[in-house]
Amino acid sequence: MKLHEYQSKDLLAKYGVAVPGGQVTSDPEEARKIAEDLGGSCVVKAQVLMGGRGKAGGVKLFDNADDAGTFAKELLGKKLVSIQNPDGMIVEQILIGELIDIAEEYYLSVLLDRAEQKLVVMISKEGGVEIEQVAHDTPEAIVRLHVDNAWGLDTFQVRDAVAQANIPAKAQRQMVAMIIKLVEAYRGSDAEMIEINPVAWTPDGKLIAADAKVALDDSALFRHKEFAATADESAEHPIEAEAARRGIAYVNLGGEIGIMGNGAGLVMCSLDEVNAAGASPANFLDVGGGAKAERVKSCIELVLMDENVTGLLINIFGGITRCDEVAKGILQAFDEMEVNIPVVARVEGTAAEEGLRLLEGSQIIGAQTMQEAAAKIVAAVKA
Amino acid sequence: MSILVNKDTKVVVAGMTGREGSFHTGQMIEYGTNVVAGVTPGKGGQELLGVPIFNTMAEAVAETGADASLLFVPPPFAADSVMESDAAGIPFCTLITEGVPVDDMMRAVAKIKATGNSTLLGGNCAGIITPEECKMGIMPGHIFKKGPVGLVSRSGTLTYEVVWELTRGGLGQTTCVGIGGDPIIGTRFIDTLMEFEKDPETKAVVMIGEIGGTDEEVGAEFIKNHMTKPVVSFISGRTAPPGKRMGHAGAIISGGKGTPQAKVDALLDAGAAVADRTSDVATLVKEALSAVGV
Repeated sequence: MKLHEYQSKDLLAKYGVAVPGGQVTSDPEEARKIAEDLGGSCVVKAQVLMGGRGKAGGVKLFDNADDAGTFAKELLGKKLVSIQNPDGMIVEQILIGELIDIAEEYYLSVLLDRAEQKLVVMISKEGGVEIEQVAHDTPEAIVRLHVDNAWGLDTFQVRDAVAQANIPAKAQRQMVAMIIKLVEAYRGSDAEMIEINPVAWTPDGKLIAADAKVALDDSALFRHKEFAATADESAEHPIEAEAARRGIAYVNLGGEIGIMGNGAGLVMCSLDEVNAAGASPANFLDVGGGAKAERVKSCIELVLMDENVTGLLINIFGGITRCDEVAKGILQAFDEMEVNIPVVARVEGTAAEEGLRLLEGSQIIGAQTMQEAAAKIVAAVKA
Repeated sequence: MSILVNKDTKVVVAGMTGREGSFHTGQMIEYGTNVVAGVTPGKGGQELLGVPIFNTMAEAVAETGADASLLFVPPPFAADSVMESDAAGIPFCTLITEGVPVDDMMRAVAKIKATGNSTLLGGNCAGIITPEECKMGIMPGHIFKKGPVGLVSRSGTLTYEVVWELTRGGLGQTTCVGIGGDPIIGTRFIDTLMEFEKDPETKAVVMIGEIGGTDEEVGAEFIKNHMTKPVVSFISGRTAPPGKRMGHAGAIISGGKGTPQAKVDALLDAGAAVADRTSDVATLVKEALSAVGV
């Protein structure tokens, strides 16, 4: 899950990383007070997890607390819309942050290098710009430092890497300390990614994490319960948020054919088949292993929440999942909901015969193979 | 012949007394797998499905001579179970559990690599099956058949899909290996490809990959430089948008890495056949086999 900016900064501060002062609030009057405590000059930032937040008008600088308070009132409750997130998101919380003087900007991130099966720290003197652009234009400007799984980082390695990245001598000592703390924060919080862009060097010689993006490993949330409450906010689409609350793997893709299946590989493949058959998938949905009827029903509800869906493709190859359970769930869902769109189901594998028998006589169009199912649903929708 | 498991493999199941553990152990025994022990801390001395339960892996090994472990342990304790299996000296361990924290897996994989005691398959995988001999996992046994094709895949259900096509097309399998969909896994494509290359009974290999990571590309490099046997491949998620995670924690195209086209290109360059759809795999395998005179 992605953390909000304020959560990311709080987390880093807990591990001793210097971050700008500030506070989060959902009350405009409190916002004004926080701005006042910061001496009037501040930045007000909408706490929404969407790309293009700045361009959508969610970030603004102020030199006095009253103006900041007025803007806070405007911003709270407003829907921000960006190119990356055309559906928009309502601003429920804002961060009132300290404005810091920046003399130079660097870049730091920690993430998993899958090929090496190790964490990697990325260090660059080129901060404040898109790191993808740096990687493309001047790949040598990014230094990668792998973290040994058993031994962690030794200070001399970090020192060498920081020097190699051409971080100016004056900032090197603080940079080394920040990297060591970031790796501690990464492992301690079960992060998936930590990115600080920019790392700000101030005129009075301090190194500060001016912005922070942290994503956590969903599988490890059971030991970081403090973040569980906001897990659904990290979704980019309202149905994805609902799916997160129900514990279902769902991704909205904006197309017309609703898709559900069991197993991520099979569902991905079903999307490919629908594309090949000439239609576009509305979503990815994996019902998971061993799904019971109740869960299957819940999955169908989710897919049909999307108003763009004009047809539903169900693709099950039962291993751990029993096809008769799936069939029961489908029938239950159709009993309780009015479904007026074509539905094609392909069920194969464990208890497939029982499953098919249950579906006989219902409105569902059967299919033998995944390819046939994709062709049938596309034909039915286009008919 | 086969790879990693066969009719002589003696399996200990950790988490066997749980709901899924007991269901699948029952299915495995029915298939003919030699399940010799179960492990659940605190339930030692009991018996389930005619199999003795022990408190620890070490006890299970001492009493039964188990030489492969299968883990259905809940995510918070799964990595610990991998390391317990390793410490008990069990040479082959399969972790079925989905949703194990990445940090735990990094530690477990690094530790067993350091001890050199054991090979880990998974996590988040369907397991491994040598048809008509040993099923160690959650796959539906009836779709598999003995024969000359080795199969390795990141996805469980996609394995069933392709195997069903192979079996119906008269193409049996030596061993089918589900390596799992997580970013950190114990056995990677290259490891399984090496095993198949060494196995005299395996005449052709099917490799089923998906978007995300670069393990398919590393596999392709191995195929190019070291494999004499024909390889037929399929890559899932070819129309997936970048930046979206498709269920498998590992399946995400990020920063230009892990794109389906890069994988397809690497495989074609290595001389592998790449099927556009799952339904083409069996035909390509037949062609590959007849080209090598099988």
